[in-house]
Amino acid sequence: MASATAKSVYLQGVRDGMPFLLVAIPFAALFGVSAIEAGLTIGQAMGFSVLVIAGASQFAALQMIVDHAGVALTLLAALAVNLRMAMYSASLVPYLGDAPLWKRACVSYLLFDQTYVAGVARFEAAPQMTVRDRMAFFVGVATPIAPVWVVATLLGALLGARIPEAAALDFALPITFIAMVAPMLRTLAHVVAALVSVVVALALIGLPSGTGLLIAAACAMAAGVIVEERTA
Amino acid sequence: MSDTTIWTVILLLGIGTFVIRFSFLGLIGTRPMPPLLLRLLRYTPVAVLPGLVAPLVLWPAATGGTPDPARLCAAAVAMAVGLWTRSVLPAVITGFATLYLGLWLTGAF
Repeated sequence: MASATAKSVYLQGVRDGMPFLLVAIPFAALFGVSAIEAGLTIGQAMGFSVLVIAGASQFAALQMIVDHAGVALTLLAALAVNLRMAMYSASLVPYLGDAPLWKRACVSYLLFDQTYVAGVARFEAAPQMTVRDRMAFFVGVATPIAPVWVVATLLGALLGARIPEAAALDFALPITFIAMVAPMLRTLAHVVAALVSVVVALALIGLPSGTGLLIAAACAMAAGVIVEERTA
Repeated sequence: MSDTTIWTVILLLGIGTFVIRFSFLGLIGTRPMPPLLLRLLRYTPVAVLPGLVAPLVLWPAATGGTPDPARLCAAAVAMAVGLWTRSVLPAVITGFATLYLGLWLTGAF
């Protein structure tokens, strides 16, 4: 019986992960195209999507390679873009911290914006879930996304310039992130946090890539808690 | 960059990204975290994603950083539909529909 439940929870995760394919496919294909245009081999493009598996930082690294930045600066810029995932990691601890270490390592490999948001949304809505069910759900969300991410990168790298620029694939990322955040704006505290995040990030746009965003996120989280206390 | 250098970047970036993702999940595990930290962390998604997206919406790289009416409208529609329906998929679909309609109307598509 327990295993049947875990299976249905896993399938719910798969279903919740499906909508993100609409974004993962064009975004990964765009990375494949851009990597080849930047002079990388198909193997290197695939290496990025399999080993790094974090779209925004892959693009950041690619841009630095094109700009002839050194290894150190390239790594710094790309890793800064990924620092937000440390916050994701911390915020999953209350939900998945009790799982065995190797399972937490698997979750870490599959921890990107989409799996994180879908996972936390479900864990918050269903506090009675067991750690095993949460794990099954999380892996379920990642199941359609991760392999498709890799295959779409390959297709992009193979098709290359045949995807027209007018397809505006660059805007797939902003549209999805907005679509992911809007349903989460449930309370005044969430709305204020989102507004503070936008204002501070725009104000600090001149700082090195990723730095302004980290400061903006910290301010926004503090603003959320302050408003929560005032309105409670 | 040479082929070897690019592979070095890929490997180190892969390792570094994993370490970031594993940081808290791997180190803290079952140990309890301070309540204030837990409350702060609840706001993580709404604190990170809007700040990540805002510059991309206002100054898209595809137009050389010039604000683009089609992209601004697409962002506004995705936001409005997401707030209204409370679900991701309708917001993504209407966002894309608005983007292509806007690009077509402004002659960019």
